[in-house]
Amino acid sequence: MTGKVLLQARGLVIRFGGVVAADNVDIDVIEGEKLAIIGPNGAGKTTFLNIATGYLRPQAGTVQFEGKEITAHPPREITRLGIARAFQIPQLFRDHTVIENLLIAAAAANNRTSLFQPLHDMPERAEMEALLDLVSIGDVADQKAGELPEGKRKLADIAVALALKPRLLLLDEPTSGVASSEKLAIMDILVSALAQKRVTSVFVEHDMDMVTRYADRVAVWNAGKIQTIGPPAAVLADQSVREQVIGI
Amino acid sequence: MGRARTIYGALAAVVLLAVGVPILVPSMATLVTLILAKSIVVLGIIILLQAGQVSFGHAMFFAAGAYTAGFWGRYLGVGDLVGYLLVGTVVATVLGLLVGLFVVRYREIFFGMLNLAFSMVLWSLLEKMFHYTNGADGIRIPRPRIAGMTFSPETFEFVLLGVTLAIAVAATIATQRYLDSPRGHMLGAIKTNETRLEYLGVSARRVLLIGYVISAALGGIGGVLVGVAQQIATPEFAYWTKSGEFVFIAILGGTANALGAFAGAAVFELVRFYASAKLANTWQLILGLVLIAIILFAPNGLIGMWKRRRTAEAAR
Repeated sequence: MTGKVLLQARGLVIRFGGVVAADNVDIDVIEGEKLAIIGPNGAGKTTFLNIATGYLRPQAGTVQFEGKEITAHPPREITRLGIARAFQIPQLFRDHTVIENLLIAAAAANNRTSLFQPLHDMPERAEMEALLDLVSIGDVADQKAGELPEGKRKLADIAVALALKPRLLLLDEPTSGVASSEKLAIMDILVSALAQKRVTSVFVEHDMDMVTRYADRVAVWNAGKIQTIGPPAAVLADQSVREQVIGI
Repeated sequence: MGRARTIYGALAAVVLLAVGVPILVPSMATLVTLILAKSIVVLGIIILLQAGQVSFGHAMFFAAGAYTAGFWGRYLGVGDLVGYLLVGTVVATVLGLLVGLFVVRYREIFFGMLNLAFSMVLWSLLEKMFHYTNGADGIRIPRPRIAGMTFSPETFEFVLLGVTLAIAVAATIATQRYLDSPRGHMLGAIKTNETRLEYLGVSARRVLLIGYVISAALGGIGGVLVGVAQQIATPEFAYWTKSGEFVFIAILGGTANALGAFAGAAVFELVRFYASAKLANTWQLILGLVLIAIILFAPNGLIGMWKRRRTAEAAR
């Protein structure tokens, strides 16, 4: 796949004690793609998301976003540059309603710092309601985020990230923790929302079915290295990948 | 919005009570002034409680306000209440910014204890720097002019009550507006998920610092008014039990919105006033029992209890 490189990592090294999560990793995320990262547990997939968002500092190597050095910048700063994150375990403000969660995100993204303009009267409200409809959870806008079922919580978490209008969205196992009957529905909603908002995405995934169905490219992260990267069909046909990662 | 109407309705009731009671029972004027002034301080505690943080040292800002009036009278001659309020607010705000820059880096018990430590430092200074502060005796605060006018003692009480009421109402409305704003909601976000807040590109420390400085300013205003009403500022104003009292009042009244401050301060001061007259040595026991009852039966405070009743009635 060719195109403009949005996120570029070069020579990433990070170890936790004896575990090597990244061992001289190079990876590019191309604008507009959906890049899946697969690999065994503990291979370093989530670590990569943590480095890219500034949560962890690599022992060596650099990360650039749109040509700008962001290695080890704080998450807050990286977020403001246009990289948003959705979490494996949804991270929401549980005492606030779903629409309030989105409005808080919109206030952050648009620097609404007036101390006297009510959150609920913000001009972004209609836009946020539309965003909730886009991810099919408009019906729970006024429910407390802490009271949602897991599937809707996942979607609310993604909606909060999208409310920031990111260029790049990093998703950590977007369908983990939900019933397998719901997984396809959630991914369909997610993929169409990403397309409509023109957001490039990287998602860590365990489910090979999801990867073949939704990813443009797949990177296999194994023992701190990228074993192979390419279109899903080619990667999943690779004999060593089948043996070591998928287990067939 | 229904919510706004409820708040303005309740504020109208507060004004009615604060004006009506002293007209019917003139001896209550100072007590009502103290209730209103303390409720201004408690607004600050309520702001911090939105973020899940309890300050056990907010009496330092209260004392800063009262001592501003005290020092002014002692070194510059009797001044004007307006001047006391302006300078007292500035002093408390600057102190709040200095202490705040340090304490907003910490959460929960560490936040609470650091505040306590700072306030006890101030208490020690006020006690030990006898030459400037009169130590434990405190500084007398003679009746100031109010907006250039001098009043007789009886009239002064009522004018001070009016000024305090006006400030308390304005402070409550402003605080509620702030809590309803994005910055106010972000305080609640600190309580439930600070990590996500940072991942929205927001500095949680800055959000908390703004809340902290506002709450310090409110503490200073309340301190000036209580000092002037009681005509004295003593080191006790900065002591940890005073900080505890403000937290107590906030929990008693309810922390979900700014109105809890009035309800809590009124019940607290009335219980104290009557219980200390009738049961000189055990009145704290009564207050303790009241607090236990509130925590057990109305964990959202008096305002929460009242709201629950209203919801139940509406459902019927």
